[in-house]
Amino acid sequence: MSSKEPDGKKPLQKLMDNPWLLLVLGIVIPTLSYTVWGWIELWLVPPAALP
Amino acid sequence: MASAVESLPILGNHPTDQVRACDTTTLPVCLTAQKFIKLHAVAAVVFLLIGGIAALTLGLTRWPAVHLLDAQWYYRLLTLHGLNMLIFWILNFEIAVLYFASTVLLNTRLASKSAAWVGLVMMTVGAIMVDAAIFGGKSDVLMTSYVPLKASPWFYLGIILVAVGTLVGVINYFATIYIAKRDQTYKGSVPLVVFGATAAAIIAVVTLLHGAVVMIPTLLWSMGIIENIDPAWYRITWWGLGHMSQQVNVCAMVSIWYLLGTLTVGSKPLNQAVCRGAFVLYILFINVASAHHLLVDPGTGSVWKIWNTSYAMYLAVLASMIHGFTVPASIEVAMRKKGFNRGLFGWLANAPWSNPGFSGFFLSLVIFGFGGGITGVTLGTQQINIMAHNTLRIPGHFHVTVVGGTTLAFMAITYYIVPLIFQKDFYAKALCRIQPYLFGGGITLMALGMSFAGSYGVPRRHWDIEFTGGLFATGFDAGAHVMLGIMGVGAVIAFLGLLLYCLLVVAAVFFGRPVEGKPMEAWNEEPRGQIDAEEVDEHKTPGTLVIVFVFLTAFAVYYFANWMWLSDLWEVR
Ligand code: HEM
Repeated sequence: MSSKEPDGKKPLQKLMDNPWLLLVLGIVIPTLSYTVWGWIELWLVPPAALP
Repeated sequence: MASAVESLPILGNHPTDQVRACDTTTLPVCLTAQKFIKLHAVAAVVFLLIGGIAALTLGLTRWPAVHLLDAQWYYRLLTLHGLNMLIFWILNFEIAVLYFASTVLLNTRLASKSAAWVGLVMMTVGAIMVDAAIFGGKSDVLMTSYVPLKASPWFYLGIILVAVGTLVGVINYFATIYIAKRDQTYKGSVPLVVFGATAAAIIAVVTLLHGAVVMIPTLLWSMGIIENIDPAWYRITWWGLGHMSQQVNVCAMVSIWYLLGTLTVGSKPLNQAVCRGAFVLYILFINVASAHHLLVDPGTGSVWKIWNTSYAMYLAVLASMIHGFTVPASIEVAMRKKGFNRGLFGWLANAPWSNPGFSGFFLSLVIFGFGGGITGVTLGTQQINIMAHNTLRIPGHFHVTVVGGTTLAFMAITYYIVPLIFQKDFYAKALCRIQPYLFGGGITLMALGMSFAGSYGVPRRHWDIEFTGGLFATGFDAGAHVMLGIMGVGAVIAFLGLLLYCLLVVAAVFFGRPVEGKPMEAWNEEPRGQIDAEEVDEHKTPGTLVIVFVFLTAFAVYYFANWMWLSDLWEVR
């Protein structure tokens, strides 16, 4: 079973040889999963009903 | 994937007067990069010493029988220690590693000398600013500087300068690997060490972006320009800086393990694709683990907490376990090929333990894996965290990751950087050989003391757990005090190891015998065993497999013991 592209490289190797794509994924995934999602959760907290 | 180093064109893209061939490895060394590697390495060691002196006083304060500092100085020096160690020492060393990996291993010049100067100056001025603000007495906010604790604006400005300076260095790294590819200074894929360094650089970018987002408004708030910063928002965003930076360390450390494996016993990665795949898992998933600092915070729900600290993060744990197998397995194969093919552990027993590059590296691997890995996954579990949060178990955990792991690996590689890059010889080689054991042993003892004291409930960041002079008699029982004593003894031993390292490096770098023009003196005789190397099967690593099963058993026992303690504390009927 071979999933090679026309240039002879497998998709996974192509990903590994592309630091720029890794850079984008490395920024986007944690920023969405941790930061943005966390901010949204905080934003949805109703204001405290203190006097 | 072909190893790039084997197929380097001789001159790369270096201007002819800006390169030298290494007398030991024959690799080309860009002279501009060499200068900045030296400058960052020296800065790193200076900050390590400052942080180390603070460390000794902290260890002697948390040891109740000594209780050295008063409350104000305890918090002041705790702030100093955290920042000088975790940020200034580590980041300076990492920039040196990035410049080395990109230029020497890819046979390219450093992309920009001016950017390297800008980065270095910003990092140095920023760090001095932070330390001055701390000693100025108006910034006793600890390294996390949780709002509403307010430090002097110089403190935040200094941190921003360090962060931006580091980012400039990281961008210079990316520019360097870009020009290497453009100028075809290497063929095929980049070597594994460069791949790991790239993973570190990618994680550094996302880390430093979080730093900018959190620190710039906080600076404005400290200057009175912004009225309020939401503490919960601050904590989420700050840990994007604080924890993600630890993942930079993990990638840098693992890359150094691979490098030291090659330098000390000539090992080769067992399987390039698997090792690289593990680094990709780090890039994609390790950063979400920042959420484990917020497991007892209100505001975010369990789904956010458990997704980020368990499901997604375990993919990064998988990556660490892959490296935890492939690194010792590659050593096993290399040693068996040298003829140490007897029994399960003949390869390990005959490894060059007197070479500080090897002993520091292997101790770092063991301390990080067995100590840091097991405690990290366990403490980062939401339910278990409730027992351990803010106790001394937490510093017990990170002193075996970033200190026994990363710092020790950085120390180990220094035993090669000084002769190869500074081209200076070490004095007192016998002391060099014992230094990794002293530091690694001391830190392990200290972390054990901290962890067990924390299991008794002893808090971290606490000046006087006895509440001396308080209205009610309080404090901890004798067992906790024994553990704090063990922690104190460990801290003193680790400090001696750290001091010895600094003295040996300073003596070699500034007063050492130049070794230009000849190969570096080997740290050990080339290990040679009896059995014919041809007999070795590259895919059989029985010794490492046994170590892996011991590790998994220890992991399971520790994990389930913690659930058992939780069920004791919090009985559910
Ligand atoms: C000789 C070596 C070292 C010793 C003896 C030592 C000792 C200590 C002690 C006693 C504490 C205080 C714990 C508390 O009271 O809560 C501490 C905190 C800490 N240490 Fe170390 N340490 C050493 C090296 C390092 C290194 C190399 C790093 C980082 C690379 C580091 C990072 C930290 C951090 C981040 C904290 C927490 C600061 C805070 O709570 O704000 N330490 N250390």
